[in-house]
Amino acid sequence: MAPAEIRNAIIDILGDIAPDEDLTDLKDEVSFRDQLELDSMDFLDIVMELRKRYRVQVPEEDYPNLDSMHSTVTYLTPKMVDCAAT
Amino acid sequence: MIAPASTDQLPDDQRIVITGIGLTSPNGNNLTEFRESLLAGKSGVTEYNIRYFGDTVAGICDFEATRHQSRRDARRGTRAGSVGIYCAREAIASAGIDWDDMQLDRVGVYVGVTEHGNVETETEIHEIKQFDYDVKTWSHHHNPRTVANNPAGEIALNMGITGPHYTIGAACAAGNAGIIQGLQMLRLGECDFAIAGGVSESIHTFGIFAGFASQGALAAHDNPSKASRPFDKNRNGIVVAEGGCLYTLERFSDAKARQANVFGEIVGYAINTDATDFVLPNPERQAQCMNMALRKAGLNADDIDIVSTHATGTGMGDTLECDAVRRVFGNCEKTYINNTKSFIGHTMGAAGALELAGNLVAFDDKVVHATINVDEIDPECQLDGLVLNQPKQLDGVDYILNNSFGMLGINSATIIKRM
Repeated sequence: MAPAEIRNAIIDILGDIAPDEDLTDLKDEVSFRDQLELDSMDFLDIVMELRKRYRVQVPEEDYPNLDSMHSTVTYLTPKMVDCAAT
Repeated sequence: MIAPASTDQLPDDQRIVITGIGLTSPNGNNLTEFRESLLAGKSGVTEYNIRYFGDTVAGICDFEATRHQSRRDARRGTRAGSVGIYCAREAIASAGIDWDDMQLDRVGVYVGVTEHGNVETETEIHEIKQFDYDVKTWSHHHNPRTVANNPAGEIALNMGITGPHYTIGAACAAGNAGIIQGLQMLRLGECDFAIAGGVSESIHTFGIFAGFASQGALAAHDNPSKASRPFDKNRNGIVVAEGGCLYTLERFSDAKARQANVFGEIVGYAINTDATDFVLPNPERQAQCMNMALRKAGLNADDIDIVSTHATGTGMGDTLECDAVRRVFGNCEKTYINNTKSFIGHTMGAAGALELAGNLVAFDDKVVHATINVDEIDPECQLDGLVLNQPKQLDGVDYILNNSFGMLGINSATIIKRM
């Protein structure tokens, strides 16, 4: 998957986790938690959905990489290079 | 004094009254809709399909879950939690309470459940099966969804209630048990305002359908609205239904002080145990339970105007309850008997509370709603006061006795007095 596709994949996951949020104006450089109502359980949902949908494992020590859309896409790009967009 | 001979002898701060009702039933999402359906003979049972089990019938609720809950919280929580939140919020609205002025650490939440956690566990197992049983795909939401206090806890979380909350596991006697728990906690001074009753999400577990089917106790009929037929000779089992009903309970002194509308006073109650069988009821103990409630209320059997039966549409269950009712009310010429499951199926943990609510309106309209779907009465279920297929208008209704029984031989009865 290309970075733009990974971004779309994350938007899809966030749409399911936070269905009340408007994600159209999400700022890629700003922390998710500063612009969305996400707590630690929601954050674990992102990790779980990456595992289920793309078989991507995110070890606990790497969780800080999932802070913003930009850092998340940067972190996932090498891990998801062979993943097919759904 | 906790267990009086009659509530008339109690001070007003020991008399417990119902001041609000919030409910969702397969045939109505508030008391008015529910009552209209009961008087019109409108069933809430429809065709249903559930994974693994396949096609069956069930009572399905269509309340607006997002009226009081965000979509995010509905996703994180359970169906039982959503049912509970809807019912609790609607009960508060019904009670005319200004929630912003409520002292939230003095509110208690007491929610009866038949079972909890089966739906969520089945869903997780179904999910990990797609991943070859890799437990790393088992949800971190599993534990907060399946802890036994979940439905009551979700209500407390949604409404900011910081007083006590817990569920009361009492099989299908749970709705009455929730009400009784709320009453007791108010009398003990453990809370000043109680949200109490029962909820059920049981239609979302295939296991309950499969279990009843294996037991030979699951209803089937070509016409879903005819499937739930307690007392009928051709009844063939239970229709599983979801639903919820929560009451606001207050001390009569508090209700009077705020000039609350009072739906009725809980003047009698009892819970006892058969201790005879896992599944089959014991009519001697059921009759004893009703008599204990009458004694606590200081009433005779013939003081009761309406007996709301528990009967679920199983062969033995209905026959044995009729035996019990006959033992207590057999000589009562002015006591009428009905059954609400014939309209909505068995709402499990909600049943006791919901079936009572459907009858409470009779204090005002003086009508006993019928038991529908009795095309041919089973002679063993013949009771003189049974109201069959058409509602019956009375001159007045002063007392209602509400039965609710469950597996492992748990029996409950509540008696409500018109105010």
